[in-house]
Amino acid sequence: MSIDLKTIKHISKLSRISVDEKKAEKLAVDLNSIFEFIEKLNELKTDNVKPLTSVAETTLKLRPDEVKSKNIREQIVKNSPQDNEDYFVVPKVIE
Amino acid sequence: MSDITKQSLTELVENIKDKKLSSTEVTKAFIDRSEKSKELNAYITEDFTSALNKAKKFDQKPNLDLKLPGVPIAVKDLFCTKDVKTTAGSKILNNFVPTYESTVTDNIWKEGSILLGKLNCDEFAMGSSNETSFFGNVQNPIDKDLVPGGSSGGSASAVAGQLTPITIGTDTGGSIRQPASFTGTVGLKPTYGSCSRYGIVAFASSLDQAGPMAQNVKDCALLQEVISSYDPKDSTSIDFKRNQYSKELTNNIKGKKIGIPKEYRVDGMPKEIEDLWQKGIQYVKDCGAETIDISLPHTSYALPTYYIVAPAEASSNLARYDGVKYGFRAKGENLIDMYEKTRSEGFGAEVQRRIMIGTYVLSSGYYDAYYLKAQKVRKLIKNDFDEAYKKVDAILTPSTPSSAFKIGEKTNDPVSMYLNDIFTVPVNLAGLPGISIPAGHDSRGYPLGLQIIGKAFDEQNILNIAYAMEEKINFKNKITDWWIK
Repeated sequence: MSIDLKTIKHISKLSRISVDEKKAEKLAVDLNSIFEFIEKLNELKTDNVKPLTSVAETTLKLRPDEVKSKNIREQIVKNSPQDNEDYFVVPKVIE
Repeated sequence: MSDITKQSLTELVENIKDKKLSSTEVTKAFIDRSEKSKELNAYITEDFTSALNKAKKFDQKPNLDLKLPGVPIAVKDLFCTKDVKTTAGSKILNNFVPTYESTVTDNIWKEGSILLGKLNCDEFAMGSSNETSFFGNVQNPIDKDLVPGGSSGGSASAVAGQLTPITIGTDTGGSIRQPASFTGTVGLKPTYGSCSRYGIVAFASSLDQAGPMAQNVKDCALLQEVISSYDPKDSTSIDFKRNQYSKELTNNIKGKKIGIPKEYRVDGMPKEIEDLWQKGIQYVKDCGAETIDISLPHTSYALPTYYIVAPAEASSNLARYDGVKYGFRAKGENLIDMYEKTRSEGFGAEVQRRIMIGTYVLSSGYYDAYYLKAQKVRKLIKNDFDEAYKKVDAILTPSTPSSAFKIGEKTNDPVSMYLNDIFTVPVNLAGLPGISIPAGHDSRGYPLGLQIIGKAFDEQNILNIAYAMEEKINFKNKITDWWIK
């Protein structure tokens, strides 16, 4: 299997990370060597193995649905790159 | 006392409790040494002025019943600290000041400890040499231009260099144990669910665990006792009876059965690692334990499994960095362009690489072939350990396949970098506790570590084995203070 530039561009779009030609070529080399290494898993037959989704084999605890944090609006927007009082500001999305 | 920074945590606590030392004296000593140690680049953010104020305040009304009374400590910059910048070693969080505290650090402050500052680490804890940090390389106190390991490289460097008496790191695939091994320090990765993940910048949520790093096993046990707690704020935190690890610590390991897995004898492993392992086997026998040859047949599949599971979870966890709610934002022509440029300029190369791998293995048409396959192999790896633990109480292996390497030596080959974690990754995949202790030196005098892997929630047992071995090994770290002019 080999990951070509077209695939890199597709993944970069899905990842919302812009890549130029030079970066895409470097990524293709790196990802191919990593996937070559990962292909080793195909040596194993796993048809009848149940996938492990969590090592902690406990069921999630239920708790009452209570409001724990109140009046933290200011804290929430405190770290935003751009805000307008109580709102996050982003580039225009509707013309 | 001029040699304050040479004291272990246990000694410092005793001296403060006996009023031989004040918190201010101790805090000042570690600040002074940290100031002289800028060349190590162990800190990302120093909080020295505030630390001194807190120490003075502690001394005015000292509560000596606490476990860490007035003891200063610097922590990995992956833990959110209220009102103190938390970067995860990334440009994208370069201006992030949390409005809340991680549970693990909160547990530390509640026992009387004082924050010294935030320690350097690989970006989002992705790396094995601390070279992916936006804030630059960290020097290993063992030798100039030597990596301290990673991702908790700043933490390991700061403990080995005596800039902090103890510290905490996080371990997703070896990020506590590998740097501990590279710097001649002790590092424990607890059982998954032992320490709360609340307030820790997430990398791979099914693998991430916080843990203590220290100069010796007893200090490590004491810190583990402080940080481990059941926390309703982390849905995978587990409610089990936690030991008083430092109080219950014993070097009596007579009759313990210790497994030696043959699959850890990997191709190309240097002879000095094999020799160290044999020495370790002799040490545990000298302590009255019995060693048993075991097999963990799927060991060689652990790294490929890890490099599917961890990036998949990372790609999902790091989707939140979009330049909208917090962190760095790049200028874009429209919203999508802003997202793409923010993430392209804000993340470093290794993080981008892992997000791309993760996105690919989760993408339509590839999920079954990669992600589901990896989850199945992960089950086989866990089954290996479950089988082994029917016969043994713990497992002894080397911590790493080599000693520390030079800065820049492995940065161009991601796979060779990943191979560093070959002995540590299986432990994370199975959710088990593992501890690395310094056990010897290579031909250049660089430290080498041995790893003891335990059953889930059996931290006390591996701490005891480590404690007994430590006494036999009598390891001395060769630190020359080369960076202090």
